[in-house]
Amino acid sequence: DEAAGAVDLDAYRDIWVFVQTDEHDAVAPVAYELMGKGRELADARGCRLVALVGMSPEGSLGDLEHLVCAGADEVLACRDERLRQNDAEVYAHLICDLVAERKPEAILYGATAFGRELAPGVAVRLQTGLTADCTVLSMDAETGLLQQTRPAFGGNLMATIICPNHRPQMATVRSGIFKAPDFDYGRSGTITQISLADDAKARVEISIPAEEWGQQASIADAERLVVVGRGIGSKKNLPLMRRLAEALGAELGCTRPVVEAGWLEYRHQIGQTGVSVSPKLLVSIGVSGAIQHLAGIGGAECIIAINEDPDAPIFGTAQYKVVGDAVEVVEELLAQLER
Amino acid sequence: MSDFHMVVCVKAVSGSTEVKMDPKTNTIVRDGKQAVINPFDASALECALALKDDFIGFGMDVRVTVVSMGIPATESLLRDCIARGADDALLLTDRAFAGADTLATTYALKCGIEALDEDFDLLICGKMAVDGDTAQIGPELAGAFEIPCVTDVSCVQSAGFTTCGSLALIHGCDAGEETVYLEMPCAMTTAKEIGQLRMPSIAGIRAAEEADVRVVSAADVNADPARCGLAGSPTQVVRSFVPDRDQTCEAVEGTVPEQAAKLAKIIEEMA
Ligand SMILES: Cc1cc2nc3c(=O)[nH]c(=O)nc-3n(C[C@H](O)[C@H](O)[C@H](O)COP(=O)(O)OP(=O)(O)OC[C@H]3O[C@@H](n4cnc5c(N)ncnc54)[C@H](O)[C@@H]3O)c2cc1C
Ligand SMILES: Cc1cc2nc3c(=O)[nH]c(=O)nc-3n(C[C@H](O)[C@H](O)[C@H](O)COP(=O)(O)OP(=O)(O)OC[C@H]3O[C@@H](n4cnc5c(N)ncnc54)[C@H](O)[C@@H]3O)c2cc1C
Repeated sequence: DEAAGAVDLDAYRDIWVFVQTDEHDAVAPVAYELMGKGRELADARGCRLVALVGMSPEGSLGDLEHLVCAGADEVLACRDERLRQNDAEVYAHLICDLVAERKPEAILYGATAFGRELAPGVAVRLQTGLTADCTVLSMDAETGLLQQTRPAFGGNLMATIICPNHRPQMATVRSGIFKAPDFDYGRSGTITQISLADDAKARVEISIPAEEWGQQASIADAERLVVVGRGIGSKKNLPLMRRLAEALGAELGCTRPVVEAGWLEYRHQIGQTGVSVSPKLLVSIGVSGAIQHLAGIGGAECIIAINEDPDAPIFGTAQYKVVGDAVEVVEELLAQLER
Repeated sequence: MSDFHMVVCVKAVSGSTEVKMDPKTNTIVRDGKQAVINPFDASALECALALKDDFIGFGMDVRVTVVSMGIPATESLLRDCIARGADDALLLTDRAFAGADTLATTYALKCGIEALDEDFDLLICGKMAVDGDTAQIGPELAGAFEIPCVTDVSCVQSAGFTTCGSLALIHGCDAGEETVYLEMPCAMTTAKEIGQLRMPSIAGIRAAEEADVRVVSAADVNADPARCGLAGSPTQVVRSFVPDRDQTCEAVEGTVPEQAAKLAKIIEEMA
């Protein structure tokens, strides 16, 4: 079935990674993770891996050698004042012009706040498909079809998606999904300077940048978390849970009913309609493990769950299962830790 | 013609946690049972209604239109939006729209919005739908209209800015939160913090009973069937499956002090 906008597939080749930088031209870590995966895909297909990066006029081209060490055959670098801030319209302009000229077969983006703003804007202008938050990517060597697997329904369902008749094939990937490659300092690649069309203009003006908002402790970046659910019984048990968090050097997170009951503020809520977290250690206390909550804790490395119900679904995602009363176990654990 | 026209896109999602997939087409089965308005869209609507309250205080004539693409049963949800303060509603419903990915959904919504009798100043979507969960429709729609888009907006500054044609917004970005200005017309997607949707008023419920929700087909809004639904979707779901959640979970057994001692040891070893 030839959908509108279908293209001559053979005209498209190479895999591109969009390399996000911040206003100081530092490369976002997810970009290296994408380079590692992109290299694998390019090797499978027998094509080149190209990194596309936008920077301020002061951006150092020397630093971009790291992208070559991470697997790029070519780095397309555009240095322009209009690319200092991450403005989705300006970047979409840059990418769409380059795609029209060079025709990549696939483009990968980090599913960062900016990536999620930018990639859909590119997709609609190019009239192509975009698969969100992929966790598995593989390449069919023959056809060049990218098999893109992603969770939907808060992780309840996985779907494998292809984009058969439109190019480029595009996907976003969250950070922490793929491993960043070790740098190979022996690799060689070219760095090509490109320019941005005159008519690309930013229409969003930043008046108070994030830095001036001050540092807010965010549970999204916490290495350790204590997460409480309705099973802690009542608000008066919250100080005990805070003490545990302090003893562990952890931040405090919670389920939605805890927010709805007014025990904690919304910014503590973890899950599909709250924050996604990826701590090294997560101690889950009195949490049933509803699918909407699990959607936010998939990135946790080690989960210890405490619940009085031996069949609580949370145990299905935990490494350690403690069947017991929340308050009793925590009091005793605190006593042990404070000893 | 109003002085200020806001369009809010709302999606009906299943209120239950069960998902039914059509094994043939790999698309979601929507039988309309227990459908609710996507929670982020409820916040988007509240954002529009709060702005409307503000502008009315400035003596402006403000209109809020809700637009949805969905099955015919979605009409009752749109009526509920009117009961809560929206002025009118458009429902795009047609077999041709079925199985749309985000590009085809964007196309249908764009055709519907263009068929309204008035252009918009501000287009508001939820940050994401809790089912499809791509968060792509807002920025795609903005791209289709060639207007700027700000995502994950948690606060809109007061109408003082808005009456002179620009908006000041606080939104989530990679470094945390920033405040931005932009000119209208523009689009934004809303975070939940922006507000909880108000309850319907008595007058609102009466208005909703009388309101005529415009229900339109693809042809009614001049949508090219080849760009709608499954036919107009570049992406295809070729397989869907329930993820294997089985995990080796080690039980920490014993009396409470024994459990606590074991936990303390596990945590210590991790550091
Ligand atoms: C569209 C939608 C979006 C949602 N988004 C989110 C979200 O982002 N985040 C979120 O968390 N939820 C979300 N929810 C709600 C979610 O479905 C669950 O209702 C919620 O996660 C349950 O929270 P809970 O585990 O704290 O409470 P409950 O489900 O009530 O579980 C309490 C648990 O505590 C245990 N318990 C009780 N007493 C004790 C005791 N003395 N000691 C030890 N254990 C005890 C019980 O066995 C039970 O397992 C969403 C729901 C919908 C429909
Ligand atoms: C398992 C599965 C995976 C999928 N993965 C992808 C994918 O990776 N890429 C892709 O292009 N499509 C995908 N789809 C299709 C996608 O779910 C549909 O295109 C859907 O119509 C809109 O996308 P969304 O639910 O992600 O909305 P989002 O983009 O998350 O919604 C954001 C906002 O857009 C507005 N909105 C969304 N839908 C409507 C509507 N029907 N009417 C009015 N307003 C609306 C609302 O304001 C909403 O808050 C997938 C579908 C399934 C079943």
